[in-house]
Amino acid sequence: MAINIILLIALLLASLWTVMTIRLIRSVVGLAITSAILSIIMFKLDAPLAAVFELSVCAGLISVIFVTTISFTQRLTQERLKLRRKERMGKFWYLPLIICTAAILLSFWRPSLNFQFPAPLKETDARNILWNMRHLDLLGQVIVLLAGAFGVVILFKEEKR
Amino acid sequence: MPSLLILLPLSFLIILNLPFRDILQRASFWVVAFFCLFQSIAVALHPFIFWSALPDPYGPFFSFRLSVDNLSLILLFSIGLVSFVSLVISRYTLLDNKQRFNFLNLLLIIVIGMNATVMVTDLFSLYVFLEVTSLSSFILISLKKDKLALEGAFKYIILSITATLAMLSAIALFLLISGDTSFVAIYGALGNPQHVFFSKLAIGLFICGLLVKSGIIPFHGWLPDAYSSSPNSVSVLLAGIVTKVSGVYVLMRMVVSVFGLNQALQDILMFLGCLSIVLGALAALGQTDFKRMLSYSSISQIGYIVLALGCGSSLAIAGAAFHILNHAIFKSLLFANATAVEEKTGNGSIEGLGGLAAKMPFTGITSLAAFLSTAGIPPFSGFWSKFIIVLALWQAGQYTYASIALLASVLTLAYFLILQRNVFFGKVASGLEGVREVRVGLIFPQVLLAVLTLGIGLFAPFFLSNFILAAGNILK
Repeated sequence: MAINIILLIALLLASLWTVMTIRLIRSVVGLAITSAILSIIMFKLDAPLAAVFELSVCAGLISVIFVTTISFTQRLTQERLKLRRKERMGKFWYLPLIICTAAILLSFWRPSLNFQFPAPLKETDARNILWNMRHLDLLGQVIVLLAGAFGVVILFKEEKR
Repeated sequence: MPSLLILLPLSFLIILNLPFRDILQRASFWVVAFFCLFQSIAVALHPFIFWSALPDPYGPFFSFRLSVDNLSLILLFSIGLVSFVSLVISRYTLLDNKQRFNFLNLLLIIVIGMNATVMVTDLFSLYVFLEVTSLSSFILISLKKDKLALEGAFKYIILSITATLAMLSAIALFLLISGDTSFVAIYGALGNPQHVFFSKLAIGLFICGLLVKSGIIPFHGWLPDAYSSSPNSVSVLLAGIVTKVSGVYVLMRMVVSVFGLNQALQDILMFLGCLSIVLGALAALGQTDFKRMLSYSSISQIGYIVLALGCGSSLAIAGAAFHILNHAIFKSLLFANATAVEEKTGNGSIEGLGGLAAKMPFTGITSLAAFLSTAGIPPFSGFWSKFIIVLALWQAGQYTYASIALLASVLTLAYFLILQRNVFFGKVASGLEGVREVRVGLIFPQVLLAVLTLGIGLFAPFFLSNFILAAGNILK
């Protein structure tokens, strides 16, 4: 139980940091951490396939695409950075409040969903899922990372030079 | 055996980037050229190798669940061919060694992405390899790093991410209702009457995403900018094959083999296809930039494929598959012509040019072949695919759509006549007297593609009976 609480708090903090930080790159890192924590929670909830998808899509693929997109944008000047920081805190001060209130309310209200869906996959060994069942996806994600690395070299490194 | 088409380019990619890469850079062109030609020739001459379920000898990790049918074979052949043409063009247009090497690496990655997309049998794997293709495309478009290229790449990335989000949400819903993401499991789950709402929502979201990736009107906003602002070798690749694999092919595969066609989906696809044919051609009429005109022409031609898909009969699907192959050939040829003209005149506009056929005979004649094939004039290959599509529509009782598809060829003729008159026919424009034909390296891909479009047209009965009509059998 204690580990679940720690994971949920970590998830909350990582997602808050993702939204509150003004550096886009840090925001991407925050999102990847959020996804990684969410994947652990999914594993603990016996949804290993969903966990693998979450880990690979949000912590892997989407992050690479975000970094590539960010490489098309311009760096902020120090003055604009300060201004943005003030604006961001002013805009989103209520976010932690809303999340905490929603969490408390949801803990009392438990909606009953009557949809009948097939039982999730009962494979609990993440290694089996990664290396035997979803190994083509794993290879695809390695290739995405390679493409992202080329993107960063072409769009970032050569620009600096 | 199909795994080889993923593992071989991946091995080349790794070898080319080993520490002693300065030496390898010199061999990189030939390595990539070898692979592209190997893929096309192997698929064309020995399709049974790819059909066979021989055990992969590379160990269990590299034994992927892939499937190849006639539709996949047509696409695999086109991927090899267009990538080869793009590679040859890059050798003469990307003059910076570093930039050319980056292009070669990204070309290998995009080929892996497209090959896998064509062969996978799982929706999540399909998504992963679509992302491989899209990500490489963004970077390739922005290779020049000028304002227009970055703007084109940015538009593409934003619309592509929107499409991705829709598709990803759909995959989550499919996983919910079927418990798995394999095509077979989803096909089975869609028949369950308990999940009608979620099924419809997921199918709608997935198809919307694919329509954005196909560049069909009204989802076409990114396409003209991306095609026209890219380096020439990238334009060939994008217009020739990337959009077809990541948009049109996936749409065909999913609609025909997994989702199944119903009346509402047929109506939507046929309407959007027809809209794209007409509006794409009308927009092409108003363009003054060579590559931009070809971009709108692409939208119009993709419309024919979507229209045939909407018709849904076996003959229509075969016609759509045949038009994918033909469009890959003649559109790549037209972009190769545009490259030759731009190389020699330094101008991408079709205004202020004229009489170039006399100065650049190979470019002039091959552009005429591409133009006649696009407009559906016999004996070029484009005639046969359009003929099959119109015939299938007529047989299915879709007389209005068949008539529009037929009459839209007049619009295609009109914008290509404007192009030919402004660029190749008439007197040589002042200032262009000294223009000469492009070097042999750039003539070669143009002649190769022109011979292919004429050859496939002349021997159409052979191709139809051996490859194309069998592609229509993917209908469940």
